[in-house]
Amino acid sequence: MKKQCMVLLVQNNAGVLARVTSMFMQRGFNIDSLTVSSTDNPHISRITVMTTGDSRTFSQIMKQTGKLVEAKMIFSVEPTFSLIRELLLIKFSTEGNDTETLKKTILDFGANVIDMSNGCFVAELTESPQKIDAFLEAVSSYKIIELCRSGAIALERGLVSYELN
Amino acid sequence: MILNGSEILVNVLIEQGVDTVFGYPGGAVLNIYDALYKYSDKIHHYMTAHEQGAAHAADGYARATGKTGVVIATSGPGATNLVTGIATAYMDSVPMVAITGNVPTQLIGCDSFQEVYIAGITMPITKHNFVVRKVEKLADTVREAFRIASSGRPGPVLIDIPKDITANKTTFVPAEKVVPAVKPAKLKNIEEIAELINRSERPFIYFGGGVRISGAGDELRELIERADIPAAHTLMAAGVLGYKEKNNLGLIGMHGCYSANAAANRADVMLAIGTRFSDRVALNTEKFGHNSRIVHIDIDPSEINKIIVADYSITGDVKEVLRELLKYVKPAKHEAWSEQITKWKRDDYMPENRYDVLLPHQIVDTACEYAGEDAIYVTDVGQHQLWAAQYLRHVKPRNFLTSGGLGTMGYGYGAAIGAQTANPDKHVVHFTSDGSLHMNMNELCTAVSYGLPVITVIMNNAVLGMVRQWQCSFYERRFSSSEPERKTDYVAVAKAFGAEGYHCETPAEFEEAMKKAIKSKGPVWIECKIDREEKVLPMIPSGATVHDTIFK
Repeated sequence: MKKQCMVLLVQNNAGVLARVTSMFMQRGFNIDSLTVSSTDNPHISRITVMTTGDSRTFSQIMKQTGKLVEAKMIFSVEPTFSLIRELLLIKFSTEGNDTETLKKTILDFGANVIDMSNGCFVAELTESPQKIDAFLEAVSSYKIIELCRSGAIALERGLVSYELN
Repeated sequence: MILNGSEILVNVLIEQGVDTVFGYPGGAVLNIYDALYKYSDKIHHYMTAHEQGAAHAADGYARATGKTGVVIATSGPGATNLVTGIATAYMDSVPMVAITGNVPTQLIGCDSFQEVYIAGITMPITKHNFVVRKVEKLADTVREAFRIASSGRPGPVLIDIPKDITANKTTFVPAEKVVPAVKPAKLKNIEEIAELINRSERPFIYFGGGVRISGAGDELRELIERADIPAAHTLMAAGVLGYKEKNNLGLIGMHGCYSANAAANRADVMLAIGTRFSDRVALNTEKFGHNSRIVHIDIDPSEINKIIVADYSITGDVKEVLRELLKYVKPAKHEAWSEQITKWKRDDYMPENRYDVLLPHQIVDTACEYAGEDAIYVTDVGQHQLWAAQYLRHVKPRNFLTSGGLGTMGYGYGAAIGAQTANPDKHVVHFTSDGSLHMNMNELCTAVSYGLPVITVIMNNAVLGMVRQWQCSFYERRFSSSEPERKTDYVAVAKAFGAEGYHCETPAEFEEAMKKAIKSKGPVWIECKIDREEKVLPMIPSGATVHDTIFK
């Protein structure tokens, strides 16, 4: 079982997200995270899906997704050649936390404190899913009020171009 | 030319070569029906008793002709009644365009009267569906629906049209009939596969509905004759090869011939052509074809390695692939292998004839004798379906219509109506059972109204035969809800609907009834009493192999 990342370029139509997720549910494929975003082409949306499974399942996911009429391009994203990023917002209590050490950890991971309020503060981290996991592990002993984590988005490094179907 | 949405819809249907549609009117499609009235000289609408019957009729029409079937229903319950028919077409790759009305745009999302989100409901059972939000987009949307339905692996497409769109006006620009999109086959390893076949000592072909859809019967025949390869078919491919042809081993799978299943098990090379290793054929995915190098040829890339990992695969239209393959396949003879298969054939299940009572195989055989090889045979689902598949003298690829993938009881009557409308000069014989017929017998009124001489042969064992057979074999004869004790008088029901009805208990009585039926100008029901202990044999249980075949 391996974590895999795939990108779908789809027609920016009403219902296209429902079609993709309906197909995943119908066939019992996992979605670890899913992000839909606009692109430089107003007719095209970009869906990034993180999924867990063996290579045969992943290949089935790619092929079944490829049959969706609105899917114009599908490709898997290899972490080695790509930039995969998630956004984390995390709210810590200042009560009962060793704020000095915590802030040092936050800085060590390249995260920023973006809001200070009475009794709490919010840190932001944009990183690869693995780094975010590591950060959450590192701060797990602190008192966390709430946290929110986006799905992944991904771009391949270097000059690549796609021909849409 | 300025037309309203309904006139545009009907004009595009005519432009796409549609002359027959099935459906049922209602509030949200009143405008569409008004346009159908206007163009009734160009397009014939058959109104059924229930939208499900209309969907099955469009499916039967499509299977019998190869054209795209069209069904129209109103919003809400009209649309939901299509669902089983659409799913049936989806599972068996039948090209269909389903058109539903919906409430006017401003009422959508307000839980309005007869409103349902049919696009959401049918997402997993259509190749694609559309909600038309502007009348200017209607014509191209309908054209695109026909293109999608008939391209690649065919299937159903639904178009949902709010009522205001059917009334709004815009300029209509006529266009040509759409051409199905063709993706060229990926033939890189074709010579390697041909070499594998040329070197094989025990080759075997297992083929399915893809061969029929592709119209590749002649190419398949050339391959099996030249390279001396025995071949077995799935339920969806009955009739692609004639029943008498030398290398045709008949049906494969759960109720397939023992010799076909034994050959599949022992082959050294298995070519799976236009088929998908369904759980009714690859009953045990670990063991099916485990002695073979498997070559999988299918137009749908997602079928490759879905159930069984193939050693070689080609994605593409079967006809194109086989034509290319034939360039490299050499003539061969496999004498030892043929001898082995002849030996297995001696163990094939052969029921004996009787003349005092009706037996399923004799009913099928007699019906075939009278209706002929040119007739279209349609089934419902259950024991009678498999008896028809096993004992009909299949010779034509589009003359056996059955719900294979979804297994829809109640499919038959609607499908038979669709097949008969497309083939007014052919006999259409509908095999059914007391269980299946009770699901959609209402459609008899449709056949009476339109004077469609569908011959319905009801194998009445007074029980749900297939359920009961499994309860016999695997549930120690605990007959839970399979013996309904119905008192239906089929002859009286047929007469009440305005049709002819006959009751038979012996082969002689059945022959008499068939003689009358083939001369009838209207629909006929023939009830055949059979014993409830009759079983579909042989049988390989789910998860088992040919070694576990049940013969009695």
